[in-house]
Amino acid sequence: MGDPIFIHGIDLAAVITLVIKVLIAFVVLLVSVLMMIWFERKIISDMQNRIGPDRAGPWGILQSLADGVKLFFKEDLLPDRADRRMFRLAPYLSSVPAFIMFTVVPLGGVIHFGHRSTQLQVADPPIGILLVLAASAVAVYGVLLAGWASGSKYPLLGGVRASAQLISYEAALSLSVAAAVLITGSLSTRDIVDAQNGVIRGFIPNWNVFRLGFVPFIVFLLASTAEMNRPPFDLVEAEQELVGGFHTEYSSVRFALFFLAEFMGTITMSAIAVTLFLGGPDGPGFHVVRWLWPILWFAGKTIVLLFVQVWLRGTLPRLRYDQLMGFGWKFLIPVSLGWLLVVAAMRVSLGWGLVVVAIGVVFGALLVRAMTISGRRVGEVFN
Amino acid sequence: MGYLTGFKVTLRQMFLPRVTSRYPNEKRRKPVRFHGRHVLNRYEDGMEKCIGCELCAGVCPARCIYVRGADNPPDAPVSPGERYGFVYEINYLRCIHCDLCVEACPTEAITESKLFEFSFTNREDAIYTRSELLVDDAGMPKHLPWEDWRPGEDRNTSAWMRATASAGVGTEEGVVHWSGELGYGVRAPEAGQAAEPPPSHEGPDAYGLREAHAHQAELAHAHEGDPE
Repeated sequence: MGDPIFIHGIDLAAVITLVIKVLIAFVVLLVSVLMMIWFERKIISDMQNRIGPDRAGPWGILQSLADGVKLFFKEDLLPDRADRRMFRLAPYLSSVPAFIMFTVVPLGGVIHFGHRSTQLQVADPPIGILLVLAASAVAVYGVLLAGWASGSKYPLLGGVRASAQLISYEAALSLSVAAAVLITGSLSTRDIVDAQNGVIRGFIPNWNVFRLGFVPFIVFLLASTAEMNRPPFDLVEAEQELVGGFHTEYSSVRFALFFLAEFMGTITMSAIAVTLFLGGPDGPGFHVVRWLWPILWFAGKTIVLLFVQVWLRGTLPRLRYDQLMGFGWKFLIPVSLGWLLVVAAMRVSLGWGLVVVAIGVVFGALLVRAMTISGRRVGEVFN
Repeated sequence: MGYLTGFKVTLRQMFLPRVTSRYPNEKRRKPVRFHGRHVLNRYEDGMEKCIGCELCAGVCPARCIYVRGADNPPDAPVSPGERYGFVYEINYLRCIHCDLCVEACPTEAITESKLFEFSFTNREDAIYTRSELLVDDAGMPKHLPWEDWRPGEDRNTSAWMRATASAGVGTEEGVVHWSGELGYGVRAPEAGQAAEPPPSHEGPDAYGLREAHAHQAELAHAHEGDPE
């Protein structure tokens, strides 16, 4: 389908609309990053019975703005033994993909102006969700190169951990995305969202989270948390072990870019989870200001997911490295792979579905048994 | 579901009262025997208590006190007796607030206030001189520009001195063995551990001291505005 703005080909109006959309998306993302940092700090402090930031602005809402300004005025250090070009490149490799991922997220429905109309998303490429996976894979290079180029051992360890962790969880992430793609039959995020309109059995929303069962959604949430190096999967920057991890040697604007990338990624991943599983901008609307309701629904769902992310962070302690790898490889990947097979077979017929479920149960039991025995042998039990 | 109980805990905590306070805006009550910045006391007639004996300087483990005594001028004596503290300096970059000087002082000349929030911008200011340490004509500690005093905090400047048995007997309680102070007169002794603790709505953290309660009653209005 594509964006209806291109109905007359690429003319001036289309280009102007696109530039405006890019600018709006960029500003919205930046502002929401500032709000997200404040939101996270405030919620965490609530959970720890603290007051949290309350100096800058009402309820400390300008705190991250103040921090950002402070970071920009700090001295920019370049370590003596750093690989200078890579060291400078890494923050951008980390933050630009986070924004690219956001461009394919449908923020609302279609708006009309004059006799043109456009979708409320920066881009709607036919490969949509693949772009997200590709961008998140490129972001790994940012972290990895930052660790490598710093010429210092703690960042290097952080970078090595990052590469192992991100590649591991990328697999589970892709498998859970594949389930959503499978049931829609399209990679375009707009198509995925449109396929989730309406209701099943009169009242349940036709969202992928209900159509696919909760498993791919949960797997996606956990894997995206790990993918964004957020607690409890923040092995990459484990303060107690690695000082700051991959960004130990970074300061000033470049450090700010890493920080920005992390929070941009958190917001983007939540937005993508909403797109893939929670129906995106789908939700009951009213006849006044019709274009606004989908945006509000989308924002509301994203905020709920962001709260869940903060909740995870406030509750769970950081995983040990072998626990992290075990959780990724021995639990998330088999579960999401098995669930994907079941979904595929159910699409064919109920009979095949049940057959695959039976096979899955048998293989799952064998897998658990094998892991228990091997875990006993190496003196480590997966839990 | 053992995995989910933690999530319940964090969610519940969100709705409980905060345990921290908005510190520079509102301060917590300080313990009565808190060791803060020192004051040099005066007798009720305005004479200085310090006799320049240098016992405080001798006992100071941080060696932060410098005292030089001098003979009292016969026509205008500064302290009763022969000598007085001509130079008295405490270097607060070194002081560890152990209050051994307070215990050593034979005339209760040096006692402690509750002030600990003082930040200097140069080393000169860190060295408090005799004129800065000496209480003013009302018996109150002087308020220096870099010190953060709040109403009521300059009261109760000698609790640690009164809590320390000068006779060296641990069981000594409720006995006055100190002289009067300018602005206060002879201060009441602490009730001690044997005394019945006065009825308190403040809970078990009321330090078990008679004066603590009087002090808290004084400050009660200042704390009533606490949110949560």
